[in-house]
Amino acid sequence: MRRGAVLVVLSVMPLIAGCEREKRDYQQLPAAAARQDSVHLTDLVPGEPPAPTLTRSPYEGNAYGMGEGKRLFAAYNCNGCHAQGGGGIGPPLMDGKWIYGSSPDQIYSTIVQGRPDGMPAFGGRVPDQQVWQIVAYVQSLSGQTPQDAAPGRDDDMATKKAETRKERETPKQTGHR
Amino acid sequence: MKEYSIQSVLNSAGPQAGRIEQLWWLMFWVCTVVFVIVMLALAVAIARGRRGSATAVPESTLTRNISISVGVSTVALVGLLLASVLTGRALGSLPSSNALHVRITGYQWWWNIEYLDADPSLQFTTANELHLPVGRPVVVSLQASDVIHSFWVPNLHGKTDLIPGRENTLLLQADTPGVFRGQCAEYCGVQHAHMAFTVVAEPSEQFEGWLSAQRKPAPDPGSAQTARGRNVVEQGPCAMCHTIRGTNAGARTAPDLTHFATRSTIAAGTAPNTRGYLAGWIADPQHLKPGSRMPPTGLSSDDLQAVIAYLETLQ
Repeated sequence: MRRGAVLVVLSVMPLIAGCEREKRDYQQLPAAAARQDSVHLTDLVPGEPPAPTLTRSPYEGNAYGMGEGKRLFAAYNCNGCHAQGGGGIGPPLMDGKWIYGSSPDQIYSTIVQGRPDGMPAFGGRVPDQQVWQIVAYVQSLSGQTPQDAAPGRDDDMATKKAETRKERETPKQTGHR
Repeated sequence: MKEYSIQSVLNSAGPQAGRIEQLWWLMFWVCTVVFVIVMLALAVAIARGRRGSATAVPESTLTRNISISVGVSTVALVGLLLASVLTGRALGSLPSSNALHVRITGYQWWWNIEYLDADPSLQFTTANELHLPVGRPVVVSLQASDVIHSFWVPNLHGKTDLIPGRENTLLLQADTPGVFRGQCAEYCGVQHAHMAFTVVAEPSEQFEGWLSAQRKPAPDPGSAQTARGRNVVEQGPCAMCHTIRGTNAGARTAPDLTHFATRSTIAAGTAPNTRGYLAGWIADPQHLKPGSRMPPTGLSSDDLQAVIAYLETLQ
């Protein structure tokens, strides 16, 4: 009897992990999520190495956040240069190569500060919460996020394999396209 | 806020809604008569049973009674069917030679309204408030950008769905001036209940005046504060989604704000367009309409006041 109860509890427990997947937080993120300090793009720093900063996006395993990120990626015309992640005027985002770093805070800084050769600075234009949603979506483009939470469908005609089916690319810091 | 007429199918303000109302009353009275007859027959049967009059009814009387009942039911049902078909035909046959053309696109959770014209320079876009000339037919093309919505102004017509990738057409006419409330009638997500719009039916001259005012770009700011407001709109987060014609703000994922101050509500009928509601809405949209696409923008209080002052000048 007791063994049966334990088995039931154990078999239900994995479902608890799913609770966070769809969590929707409509309010502004806590102030701690806003990145005020500068983000380092290289390990070479003068003096003491900087304290480790936030390395996870608040929406990394959140299906709602990534879905919103996907919608905003189109709404803010990221597609204009990055072409659904395939790249064009801007670099592709679905491969393993990274010019300005693959960690969430580096992607955040790339969006907020802009980067040479065409990436505009969206700081002050796109609210923090939305930048983090876009960060999570950009990560999902190269399979860096949990597959059970990545977007599985397109609002318009599908142009590529859904993010949820994207195999994980190993990030490589190349520094060039 | 303008005073709405009672939002009801039984308060028709146009020919189509009038036909629908007639059909409603026809069905109501036929059903009432049937109900009363059935109840009377039931009462008679109960009374007879109580008195214990168990005399057998002759076979011929039974046959006659059943034939009459079946006959009356058939006539009533076929009559209602006929009335329904005739109403349906009448709804689609409004002479539309001098019709006004409007294209409405449903978004989660607001309405984009485009006034079409053969001359492209006379076309313009607005949102959440539809103006109609009284006595002139209007052809409304209905589209959806994301999920299925449904356009419903009970005072003017029945519901018609807006379906992504498809165009539905609705023929409308308002015969009496007034302000009517319309709303989305197909569940479309978390803020479906706050996806309303206003329909203003006005006399022809007044409508033409409204049209020519709406075609103009937004007026230039007249004071330092409103100038600062426009600056914040153009260089801050607003311009990422909204359009204000005549400025650098030209994005198309949120309602057009060119003549925002002429509208009577904000956030698709969620609240009246007053300074207080507007400030609350811009400062924290997720409090007024949780889940809405408008993000918390984090404007400083001075910037917020400037933006509100500027928006109030957009007549």
